[in-house]
This record gives sequence, C-alpha cells and structure tokens, in this order.
Amino acid sequence: MKFTLSWLKDHLETDATLDQIGEALTSIGLEVEEIIDPASKLTGFITGHVLTAEKHPDADRLKLCTVSTGTETLQIVCGAPNARAGLKVALALPGCVIPVSGDVLKKGKVRGQESQAMMCSTRELCLGEDHDGIIELPEDTPVGVPLASVLSIDPVIDISVTPNRADCLGVRGIARDLAAFGIGTLKADPLTEGSVAGQFESPVKVVRRLPDGKDAACPLFVGRLIRGVKNGESPQWLKDRLVAVGLRPISALVDITNYVTVGWNRPLHVFDADKLTGTVIVKMATPGTELACLNDKTYTLEDWMVTIADEAGDLSVGGVVGGSASGCTEETVNVFVEAALFDPLLIAATGRKLTAESDAKHRFERGVDPESPLWGMELATRLILDLCGGTPSAVEVAGAVPDWKRTITLRPERVKKLVGIDVAPEKMVTLLTGLGCTATLADGVITAVAPSWRGDLTEEHDLVEEVARLNGYDNLVTLPLPRPSMPTPVLTAKQKTIRLLTRTLAARGMNETVTWSFMSSDKVAAFGGGQDSLKLANPISSDLDSMRPSILPNLIDATVRNAARGFADVALFEVGPQFHGGNPGDQKQMVTGLRAGKSGPRHWDTKQRPVDALDARADALAVLKAAGVNVESLQVSTDAPAYYHPGRSGCLRLGRDVLATFGDLHPRVARDFGVKGALAGFEVFLDALPQPKTKGGKTASKARSLLKASPFQPLERDFAFVVDSTVAADALTRAAKGADKALITDASVFDVYEGEHMPAGKKSVALWVLLQPTDHTLTDDELDAVSKKIVSAIEKATGGVLRG
Amino acid sequence: MDTLEALRAELLEAVNAAADADALEAVRIAALGKKGRITDLMKTLGQMDPDQRRTFGQAVNTVKDELSALLDARKATFAEAALNAKLASERIDVSLPVRPERDGTLHPISQTYDEVVAIFGQMGFAVAEGPDIEDDFHNFTALNFPPGHPAREMHDTFFLQEQEGGVRHLLRTHTSPVQIRTMLSQKPPIRVIIPGRTYRCDSDMTHTPMFHQIEGLVIDKATHMGHLKGCLKEFVESYFEVSNVTVRFRPSFFPFTEPSAEVDIGCSRKGGELRIGAREDGCEDWLEILGCGMVHPNVLKACGLDPEEYQGFAFGMGLERIAMLKYGIPDLRTFFDSDVRWLKHYGFGPHDVPSLTGGLTR
Repeated sequence: MKFTLSWLKDHLETDATLDQIGEALTSIGLEVEEIIDPASKLTGFITGHVLTAEKHPDADRLKLCTVSTGTETLQIVCGAPNARAGLKVALALPGCVIPVSGDVLKKGKVRGQESQAMMCSTRELCLGEDHDGIIELPEDTPVGVPLASVLSIDPVIDISVTPNRADCLGVRGIARDLAAFGIGTLKADPLTEGSVAGQFESPVKVVRRLPDGKDAACPLFVGRLIRGVKNGESPQWLKDRLVAVGLRPISALVDITNYVTVGWNRPLHVFDADKLTGTVIVKMATPGTELACLNDKTYTLEDWMVTIADEAGDLSVGGVVGGSASGCTEETVNVFVEAALFDPLLIAATGRKLTAESDAKHRFERGVDPESPLWGMELATRLILDLCGGTPSAVEVAGAVPDWKRTITLRPERVKKLVGIDVAPEKMVTLLTGLGCTATLADGVITAVAPSWRGDLTEEHDLVEEVARLNGYDNLVTLPLPRPSMPTPVLTAKQKTIRLLTRTLAARGMNETVTWSFMSSDKVAAFGGGQDSLKLANPISSDLDSMRPSILPNLIDATVRNAARGFADVALFEVGPQFHGGNPGDQKQMVTGLRAGKSGPRHWDTKQRPVDALDARADALAVLKAAGVNVESLQVSTDAPAYYHPGRSGCLRLGRDVLATFGDLHPRVARDFGVKGALAGFEVFLDALPQPKTKGGKTASKARSLLKASPFQPLERDFAFVVDSTVAADALTRAAKGADKALITDASVFDVYEGEHMPAGKKSVALWVLLQPTDHTLTDDELDAVSKKIVSAIEKATGGVLRG
Repeated sequence: MDTLEALRAELLEAVNAAADADALEAVRIAALGKKGRITDLMKTLGQMDPDQRRTFGQAVNTVKDELSALLDARKATFAEAALNAKLASERIDVSLPVRPERDGTLHPISQTYDEVVAIFGQMGFAVAEGPDIEDDFHNFTALNFPPGHPAREMHDTFFLQEQEGGVRHLLRTHTSPVQIRTMLSQKPPIRVIIPGRTYRCDSDMTHTPMFHQIEGLVIDKATHMGHLKGCLKEFVESYFEVSNVTVRFRPSFFPFTEPSAEVDIGCSRKGGELRIGAREDGCEDWLEILGCGMVHPNVLKACGLDPEEYQGFAFGMGLERIAMLKYGIPDLRTFFDSDVRWLKHYGFGPHDVPSLTGGLTR
C-alpha cells in the first residue's frame, strides 16, 4: 500500500517528521517496506540563475553559460536545448552526488572550456523521466537557496498491510491508526459528511435480482447519475498523487475512482450512462458471458459470480473489474457512479477463478466499510462536481447496509493475563476510542462498539490485541519462561536414534544431504511410485510433480549432478520421508544412502575398486547397529526390490520384518538416470526398527548384564567345505555358530574359491571358528568332539563336504 | 705365567679382530668351548698342588672373565649393528599418502536442528512431529483460516489430486498443523517444538518449494506474551552465542495467534559483515527472524481447550534462515542441491554434537 506524505497529511494533523512517521507505522504493525524521499538525495543542490548562454566556441550542440549562485558567477558548459539566459535552474555544485548515477560531480573541462557546475534535468535528480532538457524553475524562484526547498517533493511511503487490516488499505485509515497511537490528530473529513442534494430523480434505476439466499453477494448498491460532466485530464495534483502510488492517470472520472479507492478504501465504478440500456441490475452472471474488461482482458463469467448488468446484458465483474463497453471515455457526458458492497469470499473466489487482480478486488475480498457505499457516493459526487462539473441526480439505493454493530465486552484484567502488561482501564478506553470504537468503562468492564470499518474486531481478544498494539510492543515485559530446575531428556527413543545414526553415517564418511520430497513422475515408476494419489495437482514444475516413493532416485540424480561437476565418487545419505499414498500418514521415515563410483581415490597401496553391494550392506548394518538392533540375529534374504541388481542385492530381516534393503542398483536404473559408474545403495525403514524395551511405561534399567570374562585363552580352528555355488556364505557361519552355542563365540569366512580346481557349480568356502572355553582348557578329545559337531552342522545345513 | 699372559693377549686380540658375529662365535668356541684353550687350561688344574692350583686358577679365571666380558660387549655391538642394518633396510617413505578415508558431514539443517533442540530442550520443550501430507482441517481450518479467506492464498499451497468425494489433501504449508495434532492428543501443560519439512508453491532467489520450519508451542494457564518475549530472547542469545541481543516485537497478523508479532533482532551490517547483538553494542539495524503470538482462542477451541482456562504462545521460524544467518550461507537454494563441495564446506563433522554445556559450535 503506497501513499504520499502530503496525502497522509490531508487526513492527519501532525508535526512528526517523515522518519518518526515511518517508525510509528512499523510500531503499530503497518510495516514500512520503503520510504522514497527524493529530497534526501538533493543535499548540496541549490537554485541558480542563468545570466548568459552562448554557443560553445568549439561545439555546435553545446552552450557556454554563466550562472549565478547568488554569491558568485560560475561558467557551465551545458548540452540542454532549453538552456537560455534568464532561466532559473537546478544547480549541482562540485561535490554533489548526482542521484541517477551516484557519481560525485567534479569541475572539468568540456571541449576546452571549464565547466564549474552542472544544471540538472528531472531524470538526473530522480524526480521524473524527463531528460530532454534541464529543469525550468518558476521565474520567481529565489537564487542560491537549497533546491529541495523550492521543489514540491512529496515523499512516498510503502507499507505492507496484513490481511486483517482492511481499513488500512486507505490513507484515511492509516491516518486514524497513527492518530490513535499518538502521532497527531485525525482531521475532519467534510467530503464524506452530509449529502449532496440530488437535482432530479435518476432515470437509471437499480434493482437487485439475486437468487434466494444469495442476498449477501451484493447487499447494497448505491448509484447516482451525474449529467453534463466534462471528462478530461485530471488536475496536476491528482495525477501526481496517482503516479506517486504507481497508478496511471486516465481521465478525471476514472482517476477520481482510483483516488477514492486509495484515499478512503472505497472502490467505485463509473459507467458511461449513455451506454447503458434501461435499468441497472445486480445479479448472478449469465454463464458463458465473454466480457472484455478495462484491464484489456476478457473473462468468461460463471453463474456463481456477481455481475452488474443492464437490460442488454452483463456489464462488469462485480467488485473485480469493469467492462470496457460501458466504461467512461473522454467523451463521456453523463456518468453513472456505482458504490457497492460485495461478499468478500465471493470476490476472493471470483478473482481466483478468473485469475484477475485489481485494487477493488484486493479491498473487497478483505472487507470494506459497510457504510462506505453511502458516504462514498457523496464523496465521489463532490469530487466529480468539483473536477468535471455536472448535475447530480438523487441517489438510487438497492439493498441496505448490513447490520455491522457488535458490542464487545473487554475485561481489563485479560490484558494483564494474556499480554503481561499493566494498562489502566481508562487508557484502554482512550486507545479504543482513538480507533473509532464507542467505548465506556463501567463496573470495571469496558463495553465497546467497534466502528463499521473494523470488521476484524469481533471479540474480546481482538480488543486485547488493539490495546497491546497501541500501548506499544516496545512496552512488553521480558520474562524468562519458568522451567524445570534440572533439564530432563526430551527426545523420544526414536528421535534420539535418528540423531545417532545420522552421525554414524557421517562418521562412515558419508555426506548428509536434503532433497525435495517430490520428484519427476517420469522417474518414480521404477521405484514403485507414480500413482495418481501421489501426484501434485499444482506442481511448481513438471520435474517436481510426484511425491517420492523412495529417496534413492533423488540421490541418484544428485550423483549425476555431482558427476557433471567432476565429482563422480560420492557417498550421500538422507534422513526423511518417502510416500506410498496421498493421505496424512501415508509416509515412511527412511534413512537412505547411496555410494557412487569408486571406493576411493587412486592410491599407491590401496586398490581402487567400484563400490558394491557389500559397501551398502555395511552402511545398512552400521545404521541398524547404531539403532540398537542386534545385527547378529539379522538374516540376509535375496529378495530386494526390482530397482536393485537381482543378483547383487538383499534384504536384512529380523524374523519376518524387513529392516533394510541394499545392493547394487539395477543397471537399467543407472542407464535411465544417465549414470556411468557403479551405484550401491541402501534403505533402512526406521518405522520397522524394534522399539527399545520398556517396563510399565518406564525405560528398562540401564544396568548392563554382568561380564563373564573367561580366564582361558580362546582357540581358533579353520575348516574348508565344498558346497554348491548357490549356497550363501551366511549359511555356513550360521550353522557353525549354532553347533555349540556355549563354546563357539564367533565364526567368519576368510576364503572363497570358485574356478578350475573346483567342479562346475561348486565352490570352496573356508571359515575360522572361535572357541572360548569357560572353565578349563579344552582337551584334545573335546576339541575333536566340537570340530565334529561343527562339520556335521554345516554339512547338514548346506549339503557341503569337508575338504580333506 | 708368561704363557697365560701371552694366551690372554692372543685371545683378546682375536676377539677384537673378529669381523662379524660368526667370527666372534668361532673365537668364543676356540677359547671357551668344550675343547677351547681356556677350558683346556682349566682342565690342568686338577694335577696341580693346592697352592699352585689356587694361584693359577685365579689367574685363569681372571682371563676367562675378562675374555667373556669382551665377547659379550663385542656380541652386543654386532647385534646392534645388525639391528641397525635391518631397520635401515625396513625404511619406508612416511610422507606417502595414508590409506584413504572419507570425511563425512552432517547437513547444516541437521546440525541446526540439534542446536535448536539443545536450547529448547533445556527449557523443557519436547519435539513433536506430524505428517507432510495434511488435510485442510489441520493445516488451515483448525488454525483459524476460514475457508475462502485471503490469508490462505498467502500460503501458495501445493495440493494433491482430488480424491473421490472431493477431498483434497495438501502438503503442509507450515509446521503449525502439528500444534493442532499435539493439542488434540495430549493435555496441557504442553511445551513442544515442531521441526519439519514445509512446502509452498514458490520458487525464486529467496524461496524454494520445500523448506524447513521450526515451530514452538506452549500451553498452560499462565504463560503470557512477556514470557514469549523472554523465551525468544533467550533462544536468540543462546543460538547466536551472543550474551545480549536486542529483541523487537512488531504487531503483525497470523490467523492462529492474537496478539501476533514479527520479531526483529538487533544487528549490524558494517563492513559487509552481519553481526547480531544489542543496540547498545552498535547493532542498530534490524533483522526479521520469526513470527509469533498468543495462541488464538479459536485454535484452542478447535482443540477442545477452553480459552478462559488455557492460554499460551506459538512461534515459528525458518531453519534454513537461521542457519544462513549464523553460518553465513548466502543462498537458500544451495541447501537442496546436494553439491558435495557445498556439503563438505558448510556441513558439520559427525562428532560436533551441540550442547549447552559443551557449546553449540566449535
């Protein structure tokens, strides 16, 4: 919302400076976005008087002038065609900063002639766009005085108005708020008071033909015919104000509607009465009507939109924008003025549907003063009569002012209770009165009737806010929030786990990243996504149109981007949601990681190799271990989803639950994403992790089980078996460990051989087994016995044969 | 005796002349072995009379001890030389690059989350969470955004496809729906912070279609706006690790709070560097950092709480924004680009766990 200082001062009597006004506006919640004060850039500029202007001896288009500053005479070379003797000019002296360029002016020579100062154009001073010539000041301008003092410069203030403060979408409302805060006093507003007597009865009648129950679409329409107007250019002051706030002057009649809209928050519309056919009708639009409008757009109306029509058809989109055909032009002689009231929600919906934006719509959808059609018509009439002449008819009124009076009770102690400040009840009354409320204090309770223009004030807490606001937020107290004497842990077990495993993966050399929750629907199908329920209705772009069914595709894309920058070997992970449906809760929390390219840089000692499924499995295991899962009890199955390489992937299961999947990505996926090197990923399902055991709602004891460290040395024994190639190594170690649980504490594979010394379809697997005696050193017989148990357990489990 | 003296001189000479451990061993055997010359002399003692035996025996023993000592010394020297030679042969170039390891990092959003949790955790705030896909009730209606209200338009909402029956879910535009879920599922007193992903249909230099908010909610019977100001002042001082930060409240509007405020903090931009602090310490500019207010009675009512009995405050801020301010990260969009150079540069080490006692940041 833009306005100028002089415009504000039409409504506000104040001695406050521009800076003070700016600070006050921000303090009362009308946040200043910008104050544009051209005068602030004119420090050092003075007025001058051109004494002589001769042709430059060495340049045809330049002039050599002598200019008086009142105290001395300067020689200035000037290229402006209008530089001539006798002119009063805007003079920049050496050291002045030229506003348009920011350059500091220096004395110089132009084509051999000294130039001691500069005469400026409006453009150079950022006062306008004119750069055809230098500024011509009035003849009676004093010489040698500060330039800003003789220019009528009107600073522009731009504030952002929150949606609840419809009343501040007019300069007068802003003035009222400032006055209530104590910045000056609100001036009387004679233009809106009383009524202008109609000279004749309007031949243009107004009727409301709204369907049953739709009365609120346009509860009130006030119209008036003014005959014999002379429409033309507006006076300079009006054009200046409109231009200053970013509006284009069009003609006096149209400019008046804009002036009233911005000045009083009262949108108006003017019809050329000679283009109307019969009665003006407020009604729902005739569906399918194509209406060419004043904003040079054509809208197709629907039957739920309100329109102002005549007997020939729909004329305007009510409350949004007028139609071109019935609009006023320079030739308009008889004008029919509309001041109406519309349903805010209907206007908002209409504007949204038509994607139409206008100053009127912006105000109607926030709610204008329901009384304003009445006084707004008088205001408009006076301005039109003043600027365009003419004879007004009596006012045509269809509908009535809706009942807006609300009596609100404010218990003063609620201010202290909710806001924590001490404000005397009498002061509360004063503050509310300043806003236009009728407020009285009786029996310790304030009874207030909110003014018609404050539709946002409906309940006690609204008044509490107004008291707090006008008392000044700077006067709030600052109290520490009372808190427990000892901080207690606040994270849930799962939240703690997530933090821990995030740091675990980082400690494993992976870089945590954060990617969009949505992605291209072209890419989701391979990952189980792409259902309509996961698609956005209004994506920001087509490559972000589907909720992600997995984080992996985003990480693959990230590796592609990094590879394109020259970094192909990356290890990324993300903790976040993936989605399997379009309802709240249709998401799983995941830890997903991806290693791409090589295991590391080329190195003199360590062989570089492509990352693979076992890297991914190690990552997944580290995550699960950090999450407190007993990884010893996990089983590996080879049924990972199809986006993994079918022979190089697996699931980590706890019983039937899949806790994680891992593996090389399927070569087809890699190809589709444009990946050249190796890709190995994992996905851990955080929601599937076993929850920590609790006892009766309390966490279990933190005490560890007692350590029983054996005094006897452990022994390691090696075995090698020939098994079918398809047998999982895991099956051998599992069988070995199960052979004697009391004695065998660990086992693992240290060699796998498949090749020419093996029969086809067979492989040799060698494993070590760790035996830990607890009460005596094992005898040879005992060792033999446990070895046999191991061999038979493995043979039974895998069909393998001990190698001789 | 001359013979013994000559023998001694000869043997010592031989020991000194031995060129290596093997030669030395040969000398030892020749002198002290079973058939060595000293051993032979010792064998002759039995045939001597007692006086002669004692005198000669002592003399031979002296020579034997002297010889043994010299042999040991020479042996040690050879062993030392042998070890030195072995070590010399084992030399490696210790300036060669060590075996490669990767340095992993946490994303700044992740680290900032930990910092914020550390601060508010100390004040007794738990962490509440909610779904990214929301319904209209939790995201808008219960938060006092009436249907059709222009304030809804300010949110640039992403919608999912309309379901059968006209239900249209959305991606939450703020973390505030979790306020509703929290108040509906637990009884006051409530103190929670709500971090999470939020979505707005907006993308330019300073907006991304997804970003993170962190929201705070306090509901009890006594907490008022003065506590809100105090709580936020303590937060910004802890978070920015500055002992005194000026906090300014400006009236604003959010449908779900009343009174509402935008919060500015004191800062200085002198010399192109952002410094956050107190006005009296030269931080005379303002930096907008968050929005807040007292929970609107309509929100309390929507959650079945009586506004006459319960009250409290809510606040919300952008996680990326406060991370950018603290760590001097210039561009919001880079947070979501997964550029490993960025992740390594702006990321945090796995062991930099923020705590109030140990310090938030190194």
